[in-house]
Amino acid sequence: MDHSPEALPRRVVVLVAACTLALAPTATVRSQENAECMLCHEDVTLVGERNGKAFSVYVNASEFATSVHADLECVACHLDLAGAELPHESPLPRAQCGTCHADEDTEHHASLHGQAIQRGDPLAPYCADCHGTHAVRRAHDRRSPVYPLNVAATCGRCHREGSPVQRQRRIHQTNILENYSESIHGEGLLKRGLVVSATCASCHTAHSILPHTDSRSSIARQNIAATCTQCHAEIEAVHEKVIQGELWEREEHVLPACVDCHQPHKLRRVFYTQGASDAQCLHCHERSDIVAASDRRSLTVSIEALSHSSHAKTTCSQCHTGVNPSHRRPCDTLTERVDCASCHAEAGQQYRESIHGKLLSRQDPNAPSCKECHGTHEVLPKSEPSSPSFPTNIPALCARCHREGNSAAVRYLGDERDVVEHYVESIHGKGLLKSGLTVTATCTDCHTAHRVLRTTEPTSSVNRENIPSTCGHCHHGIREQFAKSIHATASPETGHRPPVCSDCHSAHTITRADQDGFKLDIMQKCGRCHEKIAETYFDTYHGKVSQLGYTKTAKCYDCHGAHDILPVTNPLSHLHRDNVVQTCQKCHPGANRQFAGYLTHATHHDPEKYPWLFYTFWGMTALLVVTFVAGGLHTLLWIPRALRLRRARKEELEAERRKAAMPVSEAEEGSGTAEEKI
Amino acid sequence: MTTRQGLADGALDVSMEAGVGVEEGKQFLRFSRLNRVLHALMIVSFISLALTGMTLKFSYTGWAAVLSRLFGGYETAGYVHRVAAVVMIGVFVAHLVDLVRRKNEEFGTWKALLTGPHTMLPTKKDLRDFLDSIKWFLGFGPRPHYGRWTYWEKFDYFAVFWGITVIGSTGMTLWFPEILTLVLPGWILNVATIIHSDEALLATGFIFTVHFFNTHLRPEKFPMDTVIFTGRMSLEEFRLDKPAEYEELVRRGTLAKHLVDPYPPVVIKGARAFGWLALAIGFSMVIWILYAMLFAYR
Repeated sequence: MDHSPEALPRRVVVLVAACTLALAPTATVRSQENAECMLCHEDVTLVGERNGKAFSVYVNASEFATSVHADLECVACHLDLAGAELPHESPLPRAQCGTCHADEDTEHHASLHGQAIQRGDPLAPYCADCHGTHAVRRAHDRRSPVYPLNVAATCGRCHREGSPVQRQRRIHQTNILENYSESIHGEGLLKRGLVVSATCASCHTAHSILPHTDSRSSIARQNIAATCTQCHAEIEAVHEKVIQGELWEREEHVLPACVDCHQPHKLRRVFYTQGASDAQCLHCHERSDIVAASDRRSLTVSIEALSHSSHAKTTCSQCHTGVNPSHRRPCDTLTERVDCASCHAEAGQQYRESIHGKLLSRQDPNAPSCKECHGTHEVLPKSEPSSPSFPTNIPALCARCHREGNSAAVRYLGDERDVVEHYVESIHGKGLLKSGLTVTATCTDCHTAHRVLRTTEPTSSVNRENIPSTCGHCHHGIREQFAKSIHATASPETGHRPPVCSDCHSAHTITRADQDGFKLDIMQKCGRCHEKIAETYFDTYHGKVSQLGYTKTAKCYDCHGAHDILPVTNPLSHLHRDNVVQTCQKCHPGANRQFAGYLTHATHHDPEKYPWLFYTFWGMTALLVVTFVAGGLHTLLWIPRALRLRRARKEELEAERRKAAMPVSEAEEGSGTAEEKI
Repeated sequence: MTTRQGLADGALDVSMEAGVGVEEGKQFLRFSRLNRVLHALMIVSFISLALTGMTLKFSYTGWAAVLSRLFGGYETAGYVHRVAAVVMIGVFVAHLVDLVRRKNEEFGTWKALLTGPHTMLPTKKDLRDFLDSIKWFLGFGPRPHYGRWTYWEKFDYFAVFWGITVIGSTGMTLWFPEILTLVLPGWILNVATIIHSDEALLATGFIFTVHFFNTHLRPEKFPMDTVIFTGRMSLEEFRLDKPAEYEELVRRGTLAKHLVDPYPPVVIKGARAFGWLALAIGFSMVIWILYAMLFAYR
């Protein structure tokens, strides 16, 4: 073909100065006739310039004359030049093929190629890139780039190994052109000249090219049978029914996906029975002593594990792409690692965006790839209890790296420590591991399985902004309540950012909200922002009882609500004038309007707001001080005198003992004098 | 009366002649059985009220939380608090009833009871005793001849009237807030809380320091005066402690009427144990309160 793939989409014609100069001195001409255009464009040296690169804008008149568009005027395609002054303005917009080929244009627009154009992908192909420009020919014309024998080469311009598209865009298949040319279709077409053999467009369609993950695609799993049977009509009637002892046609006359056995692009007779290639691989890999030459790791494949895995029906070469069955060791052509994303495209895309994927792309030794979590040959669906991705196994799976001391936890420098231990003790962990509730939130429910991102990433499922919706996946009702509450939006006055689920419930240490620990803790949580009001709460009866460690009295949420907190001015607030008595009555059945006037956040330190409490408190304090000072002084003064009295009486007692035999009257007199002495 | 007085006179003569040592075994009866029982009940209810109440007042301290747990939680503690309050009010009412009974049986009129020599009302002698006490404390005079009821004992007596009124009324407010707020605004409950707890702090602090010292810890009584439990004190102690009453009884010759046999040692031991327990709890609370006020106040 004349143009390199890179240059093709950039074809926007700009007239060069030479042309302009030639015509400029004369009066402007009306452009209507092809001949007028050819005045300039028949010049083989005429070049346009775009992005500093010159390229030919020469139109081969004789080729055009043989093209399917020979009878059309230039302006039939270059619509915008109809009636334009010559030389025409630059850049010249693309020829409008869709004016006549509306259906094809619509299909192309919706296809992968059309989507790429809309993204502004510079590698995206336009009509002309496949069909040519002025020399457009019919598809059955051997000279046409879309003639069956040429299709592979046309598509291969972009989809061959080493092309920018193959290198820079995500194309899950490798060696497409090579494999196709070796396949029975490619061989039939290219070696035997069978123009009815399947070309790229036979399976992928010409204009409506879509990824296999798109249900409308001709290569979507459910459409594959229909696509193949365009040519292989009634294949079920002639196809070998039993392969490897299994009936391949699960339902009569309903075809399974042909590609399950026949790999796309590689259809060979040798692949006709599924076991054939596997047997070739297992010839070596079944041996228990087979090791890699490089690092001596075992290369043994357990056929037992494989046959029970999700991929029991997948052949070795479907994952280990690039094998060449004609070699004695088919795997000696293997160059690439298994790319799970070739089938699991969505998961693969998410993984690449995740922190795990980014680390892997940086070739970080700690980065987990698919197999670290899912295993290799023994891979099982997450619905299988023995799968490492089965809900109850996920904490242990993530803990391999995220347990304190392990690779990921060592690198992590944030505040969330001991995540595994905390999770296990949390309500989610207990629900999962103790109650065996597989619907309980595991690591992946909050962090996602494949799109794991740091909290600082705005699109992370655990980013502050996204936490309510992440939790809301399961706690939908709560999220609805919360979304209407005052906490759902930032305060317009203070601009304080509102709390999200994790601010009150924590991330990994979530406990049951009806347990004492949480009930008491939540008051501290509210108090982190509502500092003053929490402090004064603890000066009241409710607060004091709570502080003693009891949860039966009113706590923040008993009056204010938990997720549906609203300002008191809102008629839906639990503390709105119309509702507050009812709120009190939850605990105090006899509560009345005046009862609700109890100051639940009163403090005696604020003479402005609560003068009664302030002056009562200081009045009482004065009374206490005066009484204690008076009583204390009286006692302190008493002590030394009383000590002396005690000593005197002791002495007196001694004296009395000595005078034991003496008359009573004298002893009494003595004691009297002792008293007088003090 | 006259015959009994005559007998008593005879006994007194013997005692006066033989001295205290001769009247071996006989003791002076200072408190009636009813007053002793009422005082014991007062101790039990007062300590219960103080312990349970202080857990709330000082809820921000560790000891309050532990104490509350010991009581079986704040609900049980609250129940104990209210039961004890009822007991204390019962003690108070019983004393008033006893006063009425004594007015009728012994004095005839309120005037006689309130102005008699053993009145609890403050008298001129109390003022004089108080001033003389200060003088004695400062070394400017002899120890006053205190009578049956000293001025500090009268102060303690009326402190109970004041305390029962103030703490009792605010306590009722807090006990029945739904009824009270039918007539009063809700913030009265906040005011009542402050008065109730601060007045209780005053009562607790005063009883466990000043009252304890005045009755038990002053050196001549140290470490404990069991007279409030047994009702009995030795004649010698009586003569030294309440000289005015002693002399009055001797002068009127009615001392013997007030002499009784002492309790057996086991009763005295029991009384001491009870007293020690009350003292220990009281002093502990003083320490806890001081700790809370000085180191954890908020």
